[in-house]
Amino acid sequence: MSTRSIAAWSALCAGVAALAAGAAWADPVDDELEIDGVEMVIRAPAPEGHPFDEVLSGWLFREAETRATEADSFANPGMLAVERGAEVWDTVEGAAGKSCASCHNDAAQSMQGVGARFPKWDAASGKPVNLELQINKCRVENMEAEPYKFDHPDQVALAAYVKHQSLGMPVKIDLAEGEMQSWWDKGKENYYTRMGQLNFACASCHEASVGKYIRADHLSQGQANGFPTYRFRDGKVISLHDRLRGCIKDTRAEMPDAFSDDLMALEVYVTWRGTGLSVETPAVRQ
Amino acid sequence: MSAAPKPRVKVPKKARAGEIVVLKTLISHEMESGQRKDKDGNVIPRKIINKFTCEFNGQPVFSCDIDPAISANPYFEFSAKVNESGTFKLTWVDDDGSVYTDEQKIEVD
Amino acid sequence: MALSRRHVFALAAGAAIVPVFQFLPGRAVAAPEDVGKLIAEFAGGKEPQSGKITLTAPEIAENGNTVPISIEVESAMEGDDMVDQVLILADGNPSADVATFAFTAMSGKAAATTRMRLARTQNVIAVAKMADGSVYMDKKEVKVTIGGCGG
Repeated sequence: MSTRSIAAWSALCAGVAALAAGAAWADPVDDELEIDGVEMVIRAPAPEGHPFDEVLSGWLFREAETRATEADSFANPGMLAVERGAEVWDTVEGAAGKSCASCHNDAAQSMQGVGARFPKWDAASGKPVNLELQINKCRVENMEAEPYKFDHPDQVALAAYVKHQSLGMPVKIDLAEGEMQSWWDKGKENYYTRMGQLNFACASCHEASVGKYIRADHLSQGQANGFPTYRFRDGKVISLHDRLRGCIKDTRAEMPDAFSDDLMALEVYVTWRGTGLSVETPAVRQ
Repeated sequence: MSAAPKPRVKVPKKARAGEIVVLKTLISHEMESGQRKDKDGNVIPRKIINKFTCEFNGQPVFSCDIDPAISANPYFEFSAKVNESGTFKLTWVDDDGSVYTDEQKIEVD
Repeated sequence: MALSRRHVFALAAGAAIVPVFQFLPGRAVAAPEDVGKLIAEFAGGKEPQSGKITLTAPEIAENGNTVPISIEVESAMEGDDMVDQVLILADGNPSADVATFAFTAMSGKAAATTRMRLARTQNVIAVAKMADGSVYMDKKEVKVTIGGCGG
């Protein structure tokens, strides 16, 4: 394809996308989410310095059947991954002959709140660390096991299991620790940077177009509080970095590597954008 | 999936004689339909759970012949009328011949 | 290069065709005659009547991979008033068969819920065969949407 036709192409696609996005708009639903007797916070006042007044869970932008599937912890297929995570938790792996349980005992106790506070500052690496990286750190340093490759099914299952122990708890990360603030700054810059042939920034959809339809998808604020999330599209639970990479690929940009500095900065910033929302892991989305 | 298919079954623990209870069942399985193609254009072969059955104290309650149009991680919700205490036995049959089972007890008074 | 609207939308999604959707839209669909044949076979030649069976399906499916559906058949489920089987079909899928539920007196209620795949907007059809040979049918159209930038 010649450069001129690529440019014409992109303009056409962007134009069409804009048209499609502008064609329909709907309010998020007015509904409450309770899971196993725990009231989920799906609307919260936005933290200081946030572009919105209110942060909203992606749950509010989904069809009734999708919302019902998340509300029923039994029907929620994401819980299969959580159960698998529970098995992995108890499985001994590595030369040290340990399982997660060897040090952390009962996850329901020891992991409570953990999922709501990641990503965290890691002094040893001088970078933020998310749940997946923390799990790998534990595997290597304490279990003498191999770190998981990105999106290994057990990595996803274990992250879902650990984060699920914080179900209902409000997301709150600590930006004062280490150099988290500078990573937040970098993440914010990434969030607002247009990229790819389609020239979209995260903000193009998840800030400027919240409530609009992009084809038939009802655009949400793009929050991270439900990850790892069960996506109907994939028929399984998927990780946050998988989703971030996918979104970026759809702008027709090169995908950054999972856990790269750019994506870690973005994770810090995007997690902050959902401050106050309950952890919903495993959320159910389209 | 690197792990074996896992059933997840919800049955009430107690019921009154003659009561109709609701069972909810899930099993982790990709349900490869046989319609997809890989990057090289080769058809990814079909591999699904093709049958689900539920028995109570050895008597058939409900069963389903399953085609590839049933979603991944197949979910079935159905009813059973219980007159006595006993055990539900649930069975899932894979195209490859594997059989997965789960059992759930219920106390009926 | 002449562009069809479908091409523009497909490319605007930005993704290379990755085999995520189990049923790709645009594939050959079940011919109406096939659906008619399947129903006739199941019904033993009897003409299905409307009534007794209710099929519940969403008006709009958020994603064609996972569409929840339920059926319920009015029946005492004892003695002569029994449901034998319920056949579920999708008339726009590559293959119309979806599932066949079998009930017994121990079912208590002839009702079931499951989640199914729909390749495109189409009708979901539920046919109930009673123990006395009578046949009933219900049908619902489900709109299947193609998402935006799905990642």
